[in-house]
Amino acid sequence: MAEPSKKEENKVVDEGIDVGISRLTEEKIQSVINSVIDSETGARLKAYVETCIHCGLCSEACHYYLSHDNDPHYSPVGKVKQTIWEMVRKKGRVSPEFIRRAAIIAHTECNLCKRCAQYCPFGIDIAYLISVVRRIIHKLGVTPLYLQDTAHSHSVTMNQMWVKGDEWPDTLQWQEEEAQAEIPNLRIPLEKEGADVMYSVIAPEPKFQAQLIYQAAVIMHVAGVNWTMPASVGWDNSDMAMFSGDNELMGRLKRTHFETAARLKVKKIVMGECGHAFRSVYDMGNRWLGWSMPPFTIVHAIEFYHDLIKEGRIKIAKKYKPPITLHDPCNVVRGGGLHEKARYVAHAICEKVIEMHPNREHNYCCCAGGGVINTGPPFKMTRIKGNRVKAEQLFGAKTKGAEVLVAPCHNCHSGLHDIVHHYEIGLDIKFFGDIIYEVMEKPE
Amino acid sequence: MHSFYNFVSGPLAWVAFILFFGGSIYRIVSMLKLVAEKERFIFSYMSWRYSLRSIIHWIIPFATVNWRRQPVLTVVTFAFHLCLLATPIFLLSHVVLWDEAFSISWWTLPDAVADIMTIIVILGAVYFLVRRVTQPEVKFVTSVSDFVILAIVAAPFITGFLAYHQWLSYPLVMCLHVLAGDIMLAAIPFTRLSHMLFSPFTRAYMGSEFGKVRHARDW
Repeated sequence: MAEPSKKEENKVVDEGIDVGISRLTEEKIQSVINSVIDSETGARLKAYVETCIHCGLCSEACHYYLSHDNDPHYSPVGKVKQTIWEMVRKKGRVSPEFIRRAAIIAHTECNLCKRCAQYCPFGIDIAYLISVVRRIIHKLGVTPLYLQDTAHSHSVTMNQMWVKGDEWPDTLQWQEEEAQAEIPNLRIPLEKEGADVMYSVIAPEPKFQAQLIYQAAVIMHVAGVNWTMPASVGWDNSDMAMFSGDNELMGRLKRTHFETAARLKVKKIVMGECGHAFRSVYDMGNRWLGWSMPPFTIVHAIEFYHDLIKEGRIKIAKKYKPPITLHDPCNVVRGGGLHEKARYVAHAICEKVIEMHPNREHNYCCCAGGGVINTGPPFKMTRIKGNRVKAEQLFGAKTKGAEVLVAPCHNCHSGLHDIVHHYEIGLDIKFFGDIIYEVMEKPE
Repeated sequence: MHSFYNFVSGPLAWVAFILFFGGSIYRIVSMLKLVAEKERFIFSYMSWRYSLRSIIHWIIPFATVNWRRQPVLTVVTFAFHLCLLATPIFLLSHVVLWDEAFSISWWTLPDAVADIMTIIVILGAVYFLVRRVTQPEVKFVTSVSDFVILAIVAAPFITGFLAYHQWLSYPLVMCLHVLAGDIMLAAIPFTRLSHMLFSPFTRAYMGSEFGKVRHARDW
């Protein structure tokens, strides 16, 4: 039944994968696969593999499958068949070439968005199965180069973007000074022990989107939030190790993050508009550390804005005019149930909100999440071609009049930017923070 | 033929029932033990409320997005599974056997209804077979075992239908019917027919994760 894949033509070269593969032997593959399966998996893997009735009902959940004209190689169960099923069935006796395909499938053809979990009648967690594959790929040293570089950055600097120790407070000071030109008494409080809120961001914000920190500082200031940011490591809530299968590193990152919040004696952690970081802090990293739920109250930006607006702590001077459409990021909607709060915020700050379809928990993934965008340029077109269905969905919203696409997640933002650009959809993409900053009442 | 019938409906039936009940209990208990040994955290995420919320949505036709997307399959699969479970339990001639052997009996289906339900199971199996060989996304993930388990499930109903209508050689068909029933019972815990045992658990866990942690619907 295993026809050769139709997509041999885009045989991309990735140094992390290809160099890694060249170092593999069949014995090493077998011992790594079996050690992961034996010592790191249990009833879930067993039940998921043995319960799956091969019905294919998960297929239409997947944006890759839909975007590739229903090519079964891209269906969730198809990807499982080409990876973990074979590894289990052959007891790890698979070839390096098999591992190469498995690495590409697990890292670039699945965003771990879990939409398929909502379509499987048995509730089989296919994203978990793909995560097990990624764990094996990690232990074999075959992780895509760009993603692995990000993990290296995490390991060395405790942030995702090689931001050096002095660059972080420098950037905050720079943004504070910029914002003081607008609001002279605005501060970005560093290391303020006992503040209510520790605000954490992902490293791309100081690296190349520093204006987001500026905007957040203005919102905090106007709302009168008693907040702080850490001056040293622990400020970055991002986590590519979670997606590269490096669970130990994920644990180090989250421990640092939580311990920083503990050191600052804050009541809760508020995080910027990022989806994967939410998944890491709220769902994955805490579990690795033994917390069934996070040791701190984790408030994603959507919920934070929702509460500030609802409590009247920020007021909207004049609603945003251009009609917007709202993208529901998987990690905070399917992973955190923030869809209605996002709509509350959208309606509070914008004159017109046009729904895209499907939406809420059933929204299509941006195809950037799950670490896929972090596999970098070699796989850029995999992402874009793998999400034609998103382009169609966005175009549907555009034809109903949407001019701006709000995506409250960094990965979604970047991924959607590529899709909007490639398919020439013509939507501006914004964060909630961009719009709130623009429309809120600010001191004269 | 007579002694063969006595064998399949006597000792072999005992073996089949023991394998079915014993095997099912063994599979579930050993799976729960595995959870306790290696993934204990699963217990702490389980929630009755969200488990049931999820299971109830998925056992009602058209109550989930995916059931609504697949109307033909939904009708077929619900009819198939319902008839598959109900027909052998409430068939008059089966209840008569229970009555004769152990003096226990219960409500039974009229024969005409049971006949239609048998046809539904057979047609359902044909539908699944056709779907398996014609739908690319199903064909791609199909292995020999999928045809085998489909045959295991269809065989008791095909032979039962033939026996009821006394087509072909009745004694032979009857023997095959009992044998097929024995095989199906014994196969449930040890093949992917075990989705009968495990799907409530996988569904419940996903429902609990979605309800308790993710605050989202899993249907």
